[in-house]
Amino acid sequence: MSGRRPGRARRGLGAGATWALVLVLVATFVGPLLWMGLTSVKSYGEATASPPTLWPQDVDLSAYERLLSLDGPYPVLRWFLNSLLAGVLHTALVLVVASTAAFALARMPFRGRGLVFGVIVSTLFLPAFVFLMPNYLMIDRLGWTDSVWALVVPGAAGAFGVFFLRQFMVNLPVELEEAAALDGANQWGVFRRVVLPNTRPALATLAVLAFLGNWNDYIWPVYVLFSPERLTLPAGLRLLQGAYVTDYPSIMAGAVVASVPVIVLFVLTQRFVVEGVARSGLKG
Amino acid sequence: MSAAVVPRRRPLRRGAWWTPWAFLAPFVLVFGTFVALPAVRGIWMSLHDWDYLMPSKPFVGLGNYADLFDSTSVVFQRFWDGMAATGIFVVASVPFLLTLPLLLAMALNRRFPGRTFLRAVVFLPYVLGVAVVGVLFRFVLDPNLGVLNHLLGLTGLDRLLHALGAGDPVPWLTAQPWTWVSLVGVTVWWTLGFNTIIYLAGLQDVPRELYDAAEVDGASAAQRFRHVTLPGLRPVLAFVLTMTFLASANMFGQADLMTSGGPGTSTRTALMVILDTGLGQYKMGSAAAMGYLLSIGLGLVSIANFWALRERGGGRGGGRGGGRGGRRRGARGRSAAAGGAS
Repeated sequence: MSGRRPGRARRGLGAGATWALVLVLVATFVGPLLWMGLTSVKSYGEATASPPTLWPQDVDLSAYERLLSLDGPYPVLRWFLNSLLAGVLHTALVLVVASTAAFALARMPFRGRGLVFGVIVSTLFLPAFVFLMPNYLMIDRLGWTDSVWALVVPGAAGAFGVFFLRQFMVNLPVELEEAAALDGANQWGVFRRVVLPNTRPALATLAVLAFLGNWNDYIWPVYVLFSPERLTLPAGLRLLQGAYVTDYPSIMAGAVVASVPVIVLFVLTQRFVVEGVARSGLKG
Repeated sequence: MSAAVVPRRRPLRRGAWWTPWAFLAPFVLVFGTFVALPAVRGIWMSLHDWDYLMPSKPFVGLGNYADLFDSTSVVFQRFWDGMAATGIFVVASVPFLLTLPLLLAMALNRRFPGRTFLRAVVFLPYVLGVAVVGVLFRFVLDPNLGVLNHLLGLTGLDRLLHALGAGDPVPWLTAQPWTWVSLVGVTVWWTLGFNTIIYLAGLQDVPRELYDAAEVDGASAAQRFRHVTLPGLRPVLAFVLTMTFLASANMFGQADLMTSGGPGTSTRTALMVILDTGLGQYKMGSAAAMGYLLSIGLGLVSIANFWALRERGGGRGGGRGGGRGGRRRGARGRSAAAGGAS
């Protein structure tokens, strides 16, 4: 929110200092990503030549031709679809469970609300690695190892989403839902027709954060997925790096496939991702 | 229905007694299965000789914990080597992740064209997963084929590193202390933007009038930083310190992908040891004990962080009372997310 008020910024910066800052920051933070993209369209010989070339001498798309397939030992296109499916299903589940629970906790006085809230809060203080092994056993028991459900469900009831939405819903004016209630709406109607539409900005932010987190998750997919055709992109990149060693065009091509969707998503939603993070914090 | 109840400001109870529980049901089902139950089950596992491959899992009380402190046990050396590696990484990375983003945030908090763009540029690496960052920098830092050593050679900076004892080519991923330099540097590159964004939001909440007053009193830029910016940022600093500490203590992917824990086992972090013990060797009881011991340690240090940076009485003027709704919401949201970091 505060970021939208440039008027409150401190005094200006000199033109020379500004340009130096811009150049250094862009080179530092975008440079490695450009290098990744440029390498992915070089031939193996060119990518490993010394001295390295900046611009590809001839654009060589063979890494993509080799990897963008649905089968074979390293089916990057399949991994992409797996990641996409898991991300979309996970995000949908997060939105459903977090919004309904947040509504109950924000808008309904009931006996036991404090207890429910307290239990959710207390789990915030346990680091994620504590859950890895018990959840692995749970997934194993449910027969979900090596399947998309292992990626979709376990992280969906994080306390963060509920807190984030509850915070937003608590601040909605009571009059809105009272008007709906007087019109004869039951609680479901109030939730669907009044609270959800008014929570849309928070839902959008949560959706983007949930998708990014699921898309980028590394440890969990590495341990719960086994078959090459079931992997997500991060787990697949690990396999790719182990197999291709110094075939950097191939590895970089995989990394490009894994990063382009999140970079596009970030560019499209930059404003509210950055501000959502600034307001609420989310790391790890 | 009586119209007299309408003016009340608090939400009314409507519907049956079970209505709130129906709304909570989907969350509670997933939360119970994958958060609450596993948290308890982890403790239970840590009290047993819980081997995934063995049919019997005898109760051993605190035996798994005691083994971690018994220098003759098989797990002792691995566990504490891992803890030491995590400790080194935390101590080496946290100072950079606290100070560099603050400097950057102060630069970006000034008014100049393109600052929204720059803010996005700085944040960009953070939206990438650790897998992309890891494989990308294993390539960039490759001693022979990597572009970093080539650039260092072009600028002559490699001679400086050789003078400091680095081999030729500089072994960024295969010899200490360069491996730690690489892991810290990559982590700073990757997560700097997150802390910068949090600092920026904090800086914009420091009341402008305090700077004006300090200037009227003749305070230098350094004095304004010391007496206005830092006290105003205190809660944000506590938050950033705790989040950064927890994130660094959870380091896994960077070392897994860039160094595989090497050279030797020098960069095998505590989390790598725990996962290898539990999900690699299936000694889940021992691994669960390691996990709980580590989380107790992290909890104690986090509490110490907050205590060290707690708000002292009288230190802050306008910040509290003058805060608008947005500010208060932000502050609460932050502390709520703090623990959920990991």
